Amino acid sequence: MLAISRTLRATDIARVACSRLSSSIHRQQTAYGTSTRFSSTTPAYKGHIPLNWFENAFLAAGSAVMSLADPRRGDMIAALGETTAGPSLPRLRDRMLESAEGRKVLKDRPRVNSATIDMNKLAQYPEGTFGRAYVTWLERCGVTPDTREPVHYIDDPELAYVMQRYRECHDFYHCICNLPVNVESELALKFFEFVNLGLPVAAISAAFGPLRLNSQKRHRLFSEYVPWAFRCGGSARSLITVYWEERWDQNIEDVKRELGIWDPPEARWSRPLSEAKAAAEKRRRETAPQSS
Amino acid sequence: MLSLSRSLRSSLPKAARLNCPRYITTQSSSTTPSSSETTTSRTASFGFKTVPEESKESLVKDVFDSVASSYDLMNDATSLGVHRLWKDSYVSALKPGRKGPMRCIDVAGGTGDIALRILDYARENYADRETSVAVVDINAQMLKEGFRRFKKTMYHNTPQISFHEANAQALPSEVFPDNTFDLYTIAFGIRNCTSIPSVLEEAHRVLKPGGTFACLEFSRVNNPLLSTLYDQYSFTMIPLLGTILAGDRDSYQYLVESIRKFPPQPEFAKMIREAGFATGDDVDGGAWQDMWGGIACVHKGVKL
Repeated sequence: MLAISRTLRATDIARVACSRLSSSIHRQQTAYGTSTRFSSTTPAYKGHIPLNWFENAFLAAGSAVMSLADPRRGDMIAALGETTAGPSLPRLRDRMLESAEGRKVLKDRPRVNSATIDMNKLAQYPEGTFGRAYVTWLERCGVTPDTREPVHYIDDPELAYVMQRYRECHDFYHCICNLPVNVESELALKFFEFVNLGLPVAAISAAFGPLRLNSQKRHRLFSEYVPWAFRCGGSARSLITVYWEERWDQNIEDVKRELGIWDPPEARWSRPLSEAKAAAEKRRRETAPQSS
Repeated sequence: MLSLSRSLRSSLPKAARLNCPRYITTQSSSTTPSSSETTTSRTASFGFKTVPEESKESLVKDVFDSVASSYDLMNDATSLGVHRLWKDSYVSALKPGRKGPMRCIDVAGGTGDIALRILDYARENYADRETSVAVVDINAQMLKEGFRRFKKTMYHNTPQISFHEANAQALPSEVFPDNTFDLYTIAFGIRNCTSIPSVLEEAHRVLKPGGTFACLEFSRVNNPLLSTLYDQYSFTMIPLLGTILAGDRDSYQYLVESIRKFPPQPEFAKMIREAGFATGDDVDGGAWQDMWGGIACVHKGVKL
């Protein structure tokens, strides 16, 4: 199994390298015959949109502005993360390779969405387990695991998976740190993620996100949550290496102790968002059209 | 994707050279069947892809359903506001209302840019409040945007403006009888139609003898330097602006590709003549008038 995954990774790398070398100068048909465009152009995986350095920079700047202007544009925050990732993704991939659990994640490449996570099964786990805590957290906040944009702008397929994994595990970090989904908790978690994982997008969000808070919330963020984030995130194990899907039945306090995480100051939990309810309604309508 | 040497590349037939793996992303995201499955049916171009003729209409509908709400914003962003100059120039050259009140039909005119300019021009220059424009579009979402825009003007609820959902290739004859209109305009819409000759035939049918057909469309840029810059801008910036502002890369990728697939100026002028219109000579300033080096172009014809 390991040999196969190693070969697969090698062929991925070889394919990207070949496509880079041979198609770095790409000829495109125009009114005049062919014109030269400099970019790596063969998509390396489904949904891959290769960008050259100028497009990457432009998208980074544009998505930064748009994320600040309209934080509900999840696709813009995703694009910002991918265009600014740079060397942080290989570093995370190497961190995963250093631990046995991380290697297993890279080999299995588990995805987190409502097809792969059986919410009903998780709800039946005993109280105090990670699986039960996760489902409870999802319902309490009113979110589903389906709202993550796929990766488009990372050229290497394995690094694209690392990015996708980071994005999909964000909710697990919420759960393990016991934080809701309001703006100040998201920012606290962004500080935590930056210290723990080192992604530039976490730093950018942490730097500019507080502009959207009023001064009282900002004060609370910087006086209580940021010290927690720095201390806890810095000393905890790198969370990208955790195979969350194999820990459903473990006691959540044990998991937290193993990872080196302790609770932040008590957060403000508000009414659940309507996302989860809408998604559950949609699921019910799709799966049981003949009922009632 | 191997890069072939220049001599080998030039010896290949032109069709084989038209491959753009960069734009494979539009293929993977679309749900069209491959044209090899339906070899007997006719095909049309959807950007750089080839699709069965029947599907083009629904694919274009999806594109415009998606872009309708941010259409005007995206026009301003991608053309840096220049589209306003082109449309102003287009309508001013037509001088609607000069010879008295006109009945105009603006096809693919969803958001009402041209219709509004026609009515304003007639009102401001000739004190004409009898000229009317029928806005026709195949896409209901675009018409809704147009209706909303006209609600903010003085023409709302007057006989000067009406909105119709119809296919430019087959205008219903109960609503649009033969020999009805003095002016037929179509701005930035004809390249999205499946069969350009059908649109031209319908235009010929509904126009009165002596009526004018005027088409504003993106066209071929002949200057090599401008063409290179324009291509770079189109294929780099426009899909990115679509991603950032509208969250929709694929629709804008289709739009820039469809511009490249549109016939060049002399060919389109020929198609207009074949539909029965009289045009000027096949030069810039004759049958067509280039704007900004050919980025946009106005083709005119008169029904005899």
